[in-house]
Amino acid sequence: MMWLLGCQLVGEVMVRSLDLPVPGPVIGMVILFGLLQWRRPDTGAGLLRVSDRVLRHLQLLFIPPGVGIVAYLGAVREDALPITGALLVSWLAGLVAVGVLVALLTRRRSAA
Amino acid sequence: MSEAMDYLRSSPLTGVVLTLAAYRGGLEVKRLSRNHPLAQPVLVAIAIVGVAMWLLDIEYDEYLVGGSVIAFFLGPATVALAVPLHREAHHLKELAVPMLVAIPVGAFVSISTGVLMVRVLGGGDVLERTMAPKSATTPIAIAVADHVAGNPSMVAVFTIVVGMLGAVLGPTVLTLLHIRDRRARGLALGAASHGIGTSRALHEDPTEGAFAGLSMGLTALATSLLVPLVIHLLG
Repeated sequence: MMWLLGCQLVGEVMVRSLDLPVPGPVIGMVILFGLLQWRRPDTGAGLLRVSDRVLRHLQLLFIPPGVGIVAYLGAVREDALPITGALLVSWLAGLVAVGVLVALLTRRRSAA
Repeated sequence: MSEAMDYLRSSPLTGVVLTLAAYRGGLEVKRLSRNHPLAQPVLVAIAIVGVAMWLLDIEYDEYLVGGSVIAFFLGPATVALAVPLHREAHHLKELAVPMLVAIPVGAFVSISTGVLMVRVLGGGDVLERTMAPKSATTPIAIAVADHVAGNPSMVAVFTIVVGMLGAVLGPTVLTLLHIRDRRARGLALGAASHGIGTSRALHEDPTEGAFAGLSMGLTALATSLLVPLVIHLLG
């Protein structure tokens, strides 16, 4: 846990001091990825076990921000059309874009 | 009685216990429905907390006294996403070029279509900024929305909705498009529907799941870099 919090702290400080356009935890993730690739800990290492446990219950952490929707129900009803329209169209566009691009790019490579 | 209610409204214990109990309830519903894709523990838990707040007459701010104790762990959990990424790192070379092209393009498509659809259908500026990061995994989408002055609570719900779309409809759409390559399917699911899409992909095939997880991590990174840029360009 110390490593996770430590990487986040370094990330948060870097974002603020260098005025980066990225959230602190994302920088923390990149730092930890670099550390893992460099040090290559054993599969039983405490950091890996704690991370797996945290990620297994990742959904739990979304509940408090999700409950916020109750506070915004009025706003959601008002904007129901742009919200549902944008969610559906944009989700489909993203899925199709990545699927089709990867399929095309791998097909060309295996043909060549 | 009123003293007890005052304690319930002001103690962080209320939010923490309520959230944990609701999550447990959500997991039970998922188990009883035999992992039905619609029985997402988060949605069930949000409904349970909402009803409990209504019954006990607790405001969202009062719930957050305890709720934010749990939400605090979103930060370290985001950092922890480096671990699955590290485990899948050997796949990086195998598909480096297609991935490095498709994922940033996919993130750009997701962000810009989200912003433009909101604009075309008459949503406001804050809604555009809230819609922009919705394809990233929830903790990152929340952080990005906060960063660009969107609405962090609302984007959490948006990400859960696109996740569910991926879990329920994603594989069908990909099959209709004749995309059968497990790696391409996984990358697409992870890019459009992050963690919830990834768990569906894992259900279909281990390779598909691994690539979905990888794609979720890279999409999160691409999204956090591209959202401020796209908002600036379209603003």
